[in-house]
Amino acid sequence: MDFNDTPAEAAFRAEARAWIQANAPRQLFEALSSSTFGGLNTGGEDPMQAAKSWQKKKADAGWACLLWPQEYGGRGATPIQSVIWNQEEGVYGKLGGTFIIGQGMCGPTMMAYASEEQKRRYLPKIASGEEIWCQLFSEPHGGSDLAGLRTRAEKDGDEWVINGQKIWTSGAQHSDYGILITRTDPTVAKHKGLTMFFLDMRSPGVDIRPIKQVNGQSGFNEVYFDNVRIPDAQRLGAVGDGWRVSLTTLMNERLAIGGGITTGFPDIHELVSSLPIDRDTAISDPAVRSKLADWYCKAAGLRNTASRAISALSRGETPGPENSIGKLVAGGMMQDIAKFAMDLQGFGAVVNDPALSEGAARFQAMLLRSPAVRIEGGTDQILRNIIAERVLGLPEDMRADKGLPFNRIPTGN
Amino acid sequence: MNFDFSEDEKLVRDQTARLLADRCDSKAVREVLEGRAPYARAVWQGLCEMGLPGTAIPEAYGGVEAGYLTLCLVAQALGAAVAPTPFSSSVYLVAEAVRLFGTEAQKQSLLPKLADGSCIGALAVTEGRTEPDLNALACQVRAGRVSGNKFAVADGGIADVLLVAAGGDSGAGLYLVSTDAAGVTRSRLETVDPTRDTVSVAFSDAAAELLGDTGGQGAAQLARLYDRAAVLFAFEQIGGAQSALDMAVGYARERFAFGRPIGSFQGLKHMMADMYVALKLAESNCYYAAWALATDAPELPLAAATARVSATQAYQLCSRDNIQVHGGMGFTWEFDCHLYYRRSNYLALQLGGLSVWENKLVNALPSAA
Ligand SMILES: Cc1cc2nc3c(=O)[nH]c(=O)nc-3n(C[C@H](O)[C@H](O)[C@H](O)COP(=O)(O)OP(=O)(O)OC[C@H]3O[C@@H](n4cnc5c(N)ncnc54)[C@H](O)[C@@H]3O)c2cc1C
Repeated sequence: MDFNDTPAEAAFRAEARAWIQANAPRQLFEALSSSTFGGLNTGGEDPMQAAKSWQKKKADAGWACLLWPQEYGGRGATPIQSVIWNQEEGVYGKLGGTFIIGQGMCGPTMMAYASEEQKRRYLPKIASGEEIWCQLFSEPHGGSDLAGLRTRAEKDGDEWVINGQKIWTSGAQHSDYGILITRTDPTVAKHKGLTMFFLDMRSPGVDIRPIKQVNGQSGFNEVYFDNVRIPDAQRLGAVGDGWRVSLTTLMNERLAIGGGITTGFPDIHELVSSLPIDRDTAISDPAVRSKLADWYCKAAGLRNTASRAISALSRGETPGPENSIGKLVAGGMMQDIAKFAMDLQGFGAVVNDPALSEGAARFQAMLLRSPAVRIEGGTDQILRNIIAERVLGLPEDMRADKGLPFNRIPTGN
Repeated sequence: MNFDFSEDEKLVRDQTARLLADRCDSKAVREVLEGRAPYARAVWQGLCEMGLPGTAIPEAYGGVEAGYLTLCLVAQALGAAVAPTPFSSSVYLVAEAVRLFGTEAQKQSLLPKLADGSCIGALAVTEGRTEPDLNALACQVRAGRVSGNKFAVADGGIADVLLVAAGGDSGAGLYLVSTDAAGVTRSRLETVDPTRDTVSVAFSDAAAELLGDTGGQGAAQLARLYDRAAVLFAFEQIGGAQSALDMAVGYARERFAFGRPIGSFQGLKHMMADMYVALKLAESNCYYAAWALATDAPELPLAAATARVSATQAYQLCSRDNIQVHGGMGFTWEFDCHLYYRRSNYLALQLGGLSVWENKLVNALPSAA
């Protein structure tokens, strides 16, 4: 066991650091550093432009999607090198948020199921950020119960005709392409009749409508499909095999979301180290210390668990369902931290104004964005089910839809 | 970077686990629980035959010098078996203190005997019902003789030598006292975990030898010793937590209610998922602390406190909710649930309780101001 860099790792780190020093958009450092959770700050610059230009620069120099093979726009690097890069990229990494779904979920799915020609066409542009992708999975009737989805795909010659609706599609309004899961056979059990595609988001018949979120932003959208035609060549995996394909995406989703996850610990530590209460700093109070210790244990535990996962990955093991713990721990923790930080500041903390509130209103931003962490990419309850069933081997939930053909499952409406 | 134990280290863990599976079943633990033996002699003998008390002791002093990473995994196996032995007192505390602070002569005379288990050591610090104040200890040494009382000495009844925190001319120090010396009286105590021998000790002018050659270092020495031992205790704790979780999962698969296995009820599933999460976080923190211990890294105080706090939380949670999963059976003497519940709460307080370690953790955080 060794938590220090080997000489080769140290050399790689030095190379990454030097390149970042010479090329990073340093004029954005201050602004990016004061970004709040869910609120990217790029000073006066257009956030999408800033993100795209940093991503392109990295890709041109071989610093994008480090784990991907070079011929698909990556670097063919090792998992540990990729961790080192993330550590070195630091605050500039915040510019990568826009690309997470494409690079973390759609890309790996394409890598596993697209044709060689398609991989060479699409993957490099995902890596370089020139094309943005979204994940069209959830529907009004298929969230936690994703396999309950109803969007239909019907074969017509060499094409498929899509009708239906997706919802909660993050970034759809900025996306060039998306991966789409559909129902191709409603007469078989729900997991069996699904098929996966990718499509051009500008195809005729695609209608994207942003949804306003609790925190006032519109990160996610409704996407309607009205006789949208997709060539059969854009099918990913066999007809009826969509569920298995989606598991590739979702496993990568948990890794992508669970990796360098935000917990809020550095923010609360900084706050209690300077905030006065009872003529002393908050950190002198035993109740504050107890909470701080608990949160540190969780944050460190996630970091060290991620390190172990990287070691396993380096040995060639595939990441398992145990990686579900990252988001499960971080989501609730951040929500608790936000409440606690605001409680320490008193009634004034109801003010949610970057110019007036502590730390550019970082805790207010956490308060209002953290509920989504506990829902997106699998709710807290679904993650606990996964840990219980797939890690601990407890019996499956009793299900009312077991063995029924999809079109005979009770729907409640 | 490599965040895993080596094959050699895991091999020793597996050998230890096999010995314990063989000799330290529930029946062996209950011999001690029910007062028929002060500790599990056959288990202790087996551990000694394997040379395990000397795992981290240098060869020059009779140990096997296999390193602290190996010792961490041995600790995990012992914790998993709720082993009723003086291993932690003798190895993580007394042998470690002698190795760190002893004079050359003390090391030569004591370490080989601690390494082969022919001598058992125990640490005596606590004096009453509050965390001890090292600046105001009731036990005092004058001219090489100690007087005063110690309360709740783990493994003190079976120990051959006690390491006693006592006030001296230049402040608190650590003193070696033989348990068969004149003026040492031990009385067995009832505790929440009768699988660990625990006594009070009255000293009356008993011969005491300063550990090392400079007095007044007791507070600093104990702090350093506790940081190191905390990592090993944390490994015992995650070992026990894993056993409690395994026991809960096993029962939940077999037991039926309302026509289905109770493990299919989400109330229980989610409880066990939370046990798993607490354990996983603690385990990962323990790995990091093991590295800090083995390399004597400057990160040790923070890493040790982090491992200790999260391991205490995980073991207490897993042992408590294991009882809940078992229903009424969980509250019977006959089922083993209480062995984990008892041990988790005993280990949680040895070396100082949760609030003590939370406090140390925050003290060790790099400044954020
Ligand atoms: C900010 C944000 C971004 C998102 N981005 C995307 C995206 O880009 N692409 C995409 O496809 N989706 C996206 N989603 C959708 C997300 O994956 C779903 O919202 C999520 O899976 C939950 O589904 P649902 O909203 O239908 O809730 P429901 O499934 O209706 O859940 C409602 C409640 O019931 C509970 N519940 C449901 N089933 C069970 C069960 N079996 N056991 C116990 N409790 C249960 C849930 O935990 C929850 O508390 C996003 C969501 C959010 C909030």
